[in-house]
Amino acid sequence: MNNINIMIVGVGGQGSILASKVIGSVALQNSFDIKMSEVHGMSQRGGSVVTSVKLGEKVHAPIIDRGEADIILAFEQLEALRWIEHLQPGGKMVVNTQKIEPVPVIIGDAEYTENVLEMLKENLQDVVVINALEKALQAGSKKVVNVVMLGVMASFLPFDRADWLQAVKENVPRDYLNKNTAAFDSGFNYVSQKGAEINC
Amino acid sequence: MKQLMLGNEAVARGAYEAGVTVASAYPGTPSTEVTEYIAEYDEIYSEWAPNEKVALEMAVGSAVAGARTICTMKHVGLNVAADPLFTSSYTGINGGLVIVVADDPGLHSSQNEQDSRHYARAAKIPMLSPVDSAECRSMVKEGFRISEEFDTPVLVRLSTRISHSRSVVETGERKKVRVKEYEKDFQKYVMMPAMGRKRHVVVEERLDELRGFSSSTELNYIDWQNRNTGVVSSGIAYQYAREAFPEASFLKLGLVFPFPEALIKELAREVKKLYVVEELEPFFENQIKALGLEVIGKDRLPVTGELSPGLIRENMNQDEREIIESPQDDIPARPPVMCPGCPHRGAFYVLDQLDLTVTGDIGCYTLGALPPAEAMDTCLCMGGSVSMAHGVEQAAGPDLADKTIGVIGDSTFIHSGITGLIDIVYNQGTSTVMILDNSITGMTGHQENPATGYTIKGEPTSSVDLKKLAEAVGIKRVSVVDPFELEELRQIVSREVKADEASVIIAQRPCALLEEMEYSGIMKVDFDRCTYCRRCMEIGCPAIVDRGDRITINRALCVGCALCTEMCSFDALKKVGDSGE
Repeated sequence: MNNINIMIVGVGGQGSILASKVIGSVALQNSFDIKMSEVHGMSQRGGSVVTSVKLGEKVHAPIIDRGEADIILAFEQLEALRWIEHLQPGGKMVVNTQKIEPVPVIIGDAEYTENVLEMLKENLQDVVVINALEKALQAGSKKVVNVVMLGVMASFLPFDRADWLQAVKENVPRDYLNKNTAAFDSGFNYVSQKGAEINC
Repeated sequence: MKQLMLGNEAVARGAYEAGVTVASAYPGTPSTEVTEYIAEYDEIYSEWAPNEKVALEMAVGSAVAGARTICTMKHVGLNVAADPLFTSSYTGINGGLVIVVADDPGLHSSQNEQDSRHYARAAKIPMLSPVDSAECRSMVKEGFRISEEFDTPVLVRLSTRISHSRSVVETGERKKVRVKEYEKDFQKYVMMPAMGRKRHVVVEERLDELRGFSSSTELNYIDWQNRNTGVVSSGIAYQYAREAFPEASFLKLGLVFPFPEALIKELAREVKKLYVVEELEPFFENQIKALGLEVIGKDRLPVTGELSPGLIRENMNQDEREIIESPQDDIPARPPVMCPGCPHRGAFYVLDQLDLTVTGDIGCYTLGALPPAEAMDTCLCMGGSVSMAHGVEQAAGPDLADKTIGVIGDSTFIHSGITGLIDIVYNQGTSTVMILDNSITGMTGHQENPATGYTIKGEPTSSVDLKKLAEAVGIKRVSVVDPFELEELRQIVSREVKADEASVIIAQRPCALLEEMEYSGIMKVDFDRCTYCRRCMEIGCPAIVDRGDRITINRALCVGCALCTEMCSFDALKKVGDSGE
């Protein structure tokens, strides 16, 4: 059983904690040891948010250091770039094309970095680019971006689709289950679809 | 049953299984969820106290009366509760008392990064330190056993990465523990000089026993592996060290005070090189060195900030990993901001416009110190805004006093702002205090407080009337205003800071994240009217975006609070769907 280190990076309010809980549930069903680390309090108020999920036979530290992530799920472009050093060489990045401007950009003190996706593709061996916001809206709500992203990652992790769907069910409100399931599937099927932007 | 639990949730579970019947706390990141999870157990009476001192006093009363009791706070909260802490060490307990304190190395959501282990030593109270959620549960239970065996309060130290990490916990059943009989014992519970002197002797004897216990308990043990390297560690630092030194022998400290001298001597004798890995202060290191042992510690690791496996590897093992270098070094920062619809936005816009000296306080509104408002001069501690405004006045005289205002949230005001206000009135100060009343404790994630009218369990209760409270302590000038009525607020603040007696302004508007605070619709820009004057940008709303040649609204962020319409002189900001579309 190899350890898998997953980092979810995004902006406060994008649902990264829920995404990490779903991964945790799947791993628990599959008898992995699990450590997850999340952010509460001041850092949550629209700030840069990092959630770590580590799976393996025995996991010690709940956080993922520079060069240690096998997978980074980036819910936002700029955050993908900000945390790139945490990906281990050869690791995989799944990046949502969504841009959320930070306040220094909004008030004109800084500029949103240009050509982020190009930079990611140039510097990483393995990148999946997805417009998860569009997929989420197709699934019925902008709030399910996180589950679209999970779906993409699930398509290359060694767990069954049924386990994932069970884990989604355990972690989302019942009224939103259909939208979340649709979101998961659109992410899960993305990589095998024609036209998916994959660099590997 | 095996389940994934947040560290704080596992602390609550441990308390439940230990048969706790009373819990008190004041919310503070990263400790808050402990008591929120406890409140879900109907078998436990739980409450939010107005501050940590009250919480601990209540908890000591409950323990003396015989109940197993838990009291939770963040590290700086223990400063507030330090007075009862030190003397509860003398009185001891009757029913077990566990005090949970959550440190915040790295200052994720705090004003300093003090190390609570010093409190254990200073108050001569044993302290436990779990390394994951499973130990959060088991050590709280063990804490109650130790508390009752040694007749002492027990501290359990968490840190952000323990409190807010999830890991696997195997839960057990709740133990039925009877509330012990209370017996009057003034020699033990009345701490006057004559009794205190005797109890101090008891405390020292207890500490000697605990020193022996520290080397014999299973909480502290040596995990023998390679004997070239020995590592002493505890808490989250232990987990990092295990990754950085995968082959070393470890002295794992579950009981971090008092220190197990026999065990450390045993480890030091057997290994060639001894390391101590601890976050923040060289607490173990100094004690190891006092025994005359050689140890590598803070000469290689920082006393500031969090540790990490990589940091330990690089500084102690000279082992660096290959890194993908970032292709871009000036990535714009993403600091936390006031939410769209936040009532504080109006208040800080006005404070900035009036160019006042603002003594600030602890809460979401501390974000008013950041751009664009930058309308805060100080932030020290809970309640500090009020007393500091008074200090500014007394030091600098009426000129600066006429431009100074203390700004504090509703929960923080009740926590310890009220005493500062009494200081102002009693000593004939003329300071102005603005209470930002958003009807909830916001930053820690929406906890009820004595001004909201609900208990921790959501039951309706009486609520403190802030206006009447201010009047009752002697404030004659009390104004109540909606912080989104910018012009009215500006007039009131200008008038009150200049008044020659103390005044209170209550800025009332609920937190935008409260469910009952549903604004309707979202805003849009009428491009025919918009002159791109950019005045709306001055309120610093994350939903208003400057496109370089025009202003647009981020529909995903806008909540429709319409504060921006007050900034626009051209009637260019409208609700989507309103006439004129």
